[in-house]
Amino acid sequence: MADERKREFEPRIVAFFCNWCTYLAADLAGTARLQHAPNTRVIRVMCSGRVDPQFVLEAFAKGADGVLIGGCHPGDCHYQEGNYKALRRYNLLKRMLKDMGIEEERFRLEWISASEAERLKWAVDDMVEKLKALGPLNFEVPREDFAGEESVA
Amino acid sequence: MSLDKGVRTNGGARIGVYVCHCGTNIAATVDVEEVARFASELPGVEVARDYKYMCSDPGQELIKQDIHDHNLDRVVVASCSPSLHEKTFRDATADGGVNPFYFQMVNIREHDSWVHRDVEAATEKAKDLIRAAVRRVRHHRPLEIRRVPVHDEALVVGGGIAGIHAALTLANAGKHVYLVEREPTIGGHMAKFDKTFPTLDCAACILTPKMVSVKAHPNITILSLSEVTEVDGYVGNFEVTVKRKPRYILEDVCVGCLECIEACVYKKGKVVDEFNVGLSTRKPIYIPFPQAVPQMPVIDPETCIEFKSGKCKKTCVEACGDRGAIDFTQEEKLEKIKVGTIILATGFKTFDPKRIPYYGYGVYPNVYTALELERLVNSAGPTAGEIVLRDGSKPKTVGIVHCVGSRDENTNIYCSRVCCMYSLKLAHLIKEKTDAEVYNFYIDIRAPGKAFEEFYNRVAEEGVHFIRGKVAEVYPESGGNGRVVVKAEDTLLGGVMRKIPVDMLVLAVGLEAHADAEEVRRMFNITCSGEGWFMERHPKLAPVNTFTDGIFLAGACQGPKDIPDTVAQAGAAAAEALALIDTGYVELEPNTAYVKEEECSGCKTCVPLCPYGAISFREDTKKAEINEVLCKGCGVCVAACPSGSIGQNLFEDDEIFQEIEGLLAHG
Repeated sequence: MADERKREFEPRIVAFFCNWCTYLAADLAGTARLQHAPNTRVIRVMCSGRVDPQFVLEAFAKGADGVLIGGCHPGDCHYQEGNYKALRRYNLLKRMLKDMGIEEERFRLEWISASEAERLKWAVDDMVEKLKALGPLNFEVPREDFAGEESVA
Repeated sequence: MSLDKGVRTNGGARIGVYVCHCGTNIAATVDVEEVARFASELPGVEVARDYKYMCSDPGQELIKQDIHDHNLDRVVVASCSPSLHEKTFRDATADGGVNPFYFQMVNIREHDSWVHRDVEAATEKAKDLIRAAVRRVRHHRPLEIRRVPVHDEALVVGGGIAGIHAALTLANAGKHVYLVEREPTIGGHMAKFDKTFPTLDCAACILTPKMVSVKAHPNITILSLSEVTEVDGYVGNFEVTVKRKPRYILEDVCVGCLECIEACVYKKGKVVDEFNVGLSTRKPIYIPFPQAVPQMPVIDPETCIEFKSGKCKKTCVEACGDRGAIDFTQEEKLEKIKVGTIILATGFKTFDPKRIPYYGYGVYPNVYTALELERLVNSAGPTAGEIVLRDGSKPKTVGIVHCVGSRDENTNIYCSRVCCMYSLKLAHLIKEKTDAEVYNFYIDIRAPGKAFEEFYNRVAEEGVHFIRGKVAEVYPESGGNGRVVVKAEDTLLGGVMRKIPVDMLVLAVGLEAHADAEEVRRMFNITCSGEGWFMERHPKLAPVNTFTDGIFLAGACQGPKDIPDTVAQAGAAAAEALALIDTGYVELEPNTAYVKEEECSGCKTCVPLCPYGAISFREDTKKAEINEVLCKGCGVCVAACPSGSIGQNLFEDDEIFQEIEGLLAHG
């Protein structure tokens, strides 16, 4: 029964795509009719460096099963280095989210240039597949690594 | 909402939502009527409609009429990508009397109907996206488009036929143009060709007058032996650094008499001549070809004795005499120029056939590239137009291998577009000059241009042989006579293996992006396709624009093309640049960041983050300040401010939070 429910589960992914690379890659995927999983909902930002960690937390808090950030490849940022700022925040936030019981697969940063529609398709499909295997985000489930600390407290 | 940082506006908005069918582009996959019905029930929505083509005049009229009839103050259109029609609908909103930034666009075509087949899932996605936009648009604020002046000079990078044509077009319209060329002369590949297909007019006869016009034009500054090394600024106001390599000849003193070349201590050519693709030699002081522009010599410091040992008799200086145009002390220098628009016309390189070893290029002396043959055929070339083998004899049989480095998954998958036609041209010229038997080994003959098919028929009627099949092997004929045998399957004879001995084999090499295309594209902040061709903004509707405003593309740097297409595109790029310059100003997205002074604690976190130096710390107020003119609107500082005291127009925190919540507020 549980298995069957897992199979039907469609993850909801909030995607923050930068205006110059990944958003355009998603447009190109459209022009080329590259079919991919319908689970992402894109929010356009000018630069991946605009993604405030609070946006990510808010998305998880409001029911997203995953958050995907898409930016220009390192060295290719339209604003010189915004994507490096995104990368730093991503690494920090990823550790925090892990501590909060949010699995690593639920939060991804991908470099996808405007011409890489194939890569966009891959990133979306791959993330959806991994989230389907993982099931819905459920804050209620106690994490194993927290169990010890809780008993101490 | 807990994280409200922006200025709240209009809680009781009156929103109009428009769902576009885009013919069946959207409507076939998204249940547009259901989506419109759904939208009509969202809080704040006064009117929601679906319509066949929102971008059409009646579609836009619908928005204006509804603004009037329903007193709307917000507009949401769900249709294609904002890169296509955001401006259209902003304008329609403004025409209706509402600030254009009280508008939000929803992409349900590229991001939805075109990439999904499941109607239910696609419809759900459209609903989520519209819910997000409706919630977002309530928090929009009225903004004003920023206008900045456009500098009225232009930069053209690359002095081939594309750059030449673009520069002349702009200059003729009265604009000053800097034409930057890496080589000592402008002219590019076209200067190396003999005849051009399909009309067979002489390349030099049509190119060199244009080159001379460039030189003579008061509005064009040629920067030869130069490369762009840095690009700063933005549309209308680029600051470009150009590295000017030394010619060791004073350009404003030299009159181009070329006596120095004659006088060089080397009585004969000593160095491989790049212009003749290695088929001849030149002296260390040389002019690439007789009609070079600028018409003056250049000294190659790698081979000049004076540079190597300092002990040359300097007969060149003697020959120059009182004029004193030779200057061994010239150094490389950086020059900064300010331009409003940039046209990239950096061209292509030919495929290196050594990458396909079985064709034997570089192994068997009588295997040539098509570009080498162009030089041999050319009356200004190393053999004065005689088609001869390396031993000086005339070939009696010549093979031409098509698609070398094109339409091949091991090298380049694309068709280089010009090789079929130039192969036919070369076949004709070989036939004409040597009466040799010419065998074309081809996959398909592609002759899709004006008078191209007719030219193909003409060449076929002249008795040129066509063998449809890929060449499998090239090997020397036994006996050491220098001939090679071309082995190919003839697919029109049911796959019979043909072995044809030829005296000369010509490889019709394809076109490739320059090796440094990646660096160039980064410098100009544009994008490349996987093969390295510069990407146009839209393949059909903006073929000369790039995603960076003010930078345009011309010629083969955007993809393989022939001379007529290149010239047409160069004209188009010049027209775009001209439109920009003549308008006199550009409108910039009002997406700049600003400091909410009353909230800023003066922590200076933001100051070093800005790559444009737009943020400063004011000692008097102890607060950060953002220079709106320098800000480009990335929003990095906004995300970094620990106290949320930086806002970004169009991308306010509350707008994005509303979007997130809207996306997830289903069921």
